[in-house]
Amino acid sequence: MGDSQYSFSLTTFSPSGKLVQIEHALTAVGSGQTSLGIKAANGVVIATEKKLPSILVDETSVQKIQCLTPNIGVVYSGMGPDFRVLVRKSRKQAEQYHRLYKEPIPVTQLVRETAAVMQEFTQSGGVRPFGVSLLVAGYDDNGPQLYQLDPSGSYFSWKASAMGKNVSNAKTFLEKRYTDDMELDDAVHTAILTLKEGFEGQISGKNIEIGIIGTDKKFWQAPL
Amino acid sequence: MQIFEYNGSALVAMVGKNCFAIASDQKLGVQLQTIATDFQRISKIHDRLFLGLSGLATDAQTLYQRLVFRHKLYQLREERDMKPETFANLVSAILYEKRFGPYFCQPVIAGLGDEDKPFICTMDSIGAKELAKDFVVAGTASESLYGACESMFKENMEPEELFETVSQALLASVDGDCLSGWGGHVYVVTPTEVKERILKGRMD
Repeated sequence: MGDSQYSFSLTTFSPSGKLVQIEHALTAVGSGQTSLGIKAANGVVIATEKKLPSILVDETSVQKIQCLTPNIGVVYSGMGPDFRVLVRKSRKQAEQYHRLYKEPIPVTQLVRETAAVMQEFTQSGGVRPFGVSLLVAGYDDNGPQLYQLDPSGSYFSWKASAMGKNVSNAKTFLEKRYTDDMELDDAVHTAILTLKEGFEGQISGKNIEIGIIGTDKKFWQAPL
Repeated sequence: MQIFEYNGSALVAMVGKNCFAIASDQKLGVQLQTIATDFQRISKIHDRLFLGLSGLATDAQTLYQRLVFRHKLYQLREERDMKPETFANLVSAILYEKRFGPYFCQPVIAGLGDEDKPFICTMDSIGAKELAKDFVVAGTASESLYGACESMFKENMEPEELFETVSQALLASVDGDCLSGWGGHVYVVTPTEVKERILKGRMD
């Protein structure tokens, strides 16, 4: 299609109206480990596979689910190092908001600002987009919320979503199982079942990570 | 020449039962000369949040414009009004930004927070907040105002009684201060309505 001639520079549109680098970033996300999130009536759960390259890796040192504030957590699919950079920036933005207003940052505001950072890297010179999609789970005055952020900087609110390798199977499974009045415990159960669907090998507490936030508005991770 | 006394001002805010009152004098002077007798020192940020600025009038105007700007952006982004406590923190941060070249103003913030609980506070010109449960004062007549409020204040006053108390305290105090006066401007705010009244005082 001639698109490949335009894939050298991020900041140049291809004739078909795409930014090819962002498409490639989404491919990087699509080949990352599966992660998913489910919004229940009284909380949100996020989960991911934690497949380590070797049994010699100390799995307690790897944390794929992180908290951005005491009441907002995040998981990713894609490139781990890019994720760490975004987590660092988001935490700083959340703290700056708190310093200014002495109020915890609303989930929508943090998502908006993080997405703005991701978008910056699609319109600046000499940089590449982030090779991650994020699932942000939070509980604030507007109740439980789940947002997905893409490398382009676009974000969507979801009732349930999945990203990474097994995304189509996982989404189909979630579509069948999701109900609007789901309780948090059911959501956690469904999340684990969904991960199990596409899991290669034996699923156990050591090769998945779960993050949960309920009405107490405190994000906690398992295993810690 | 003292910069805080260049224009002259008197501001007071008082807490009542599920309501608050915020009042100011109406005189704008330039040292010994009276320039205006209808100067507005109190502005509405939103229906449940009022800001009074005493001190140098030019700084009060600029600071007010900056704060309205910030609040409007906040309303657009967050699709809600700012809580009084949040606004007070914002004012404090903005004043401290200018720590070594400050705005010569002393703000008085009064609003109704969550569950209609009245909130008042004042701060110095570099953002040191002072929260109070009963009343806060500012301006060239502040010392008289402290005395008048301390003696006249009662807890849990209804809006009408609160209005009387604030008005008496304000008029009595500005009479003892040559730089403020020419009547008063009082807002009494309850969860359902805002009552704005002009007081007739000594015209000097």
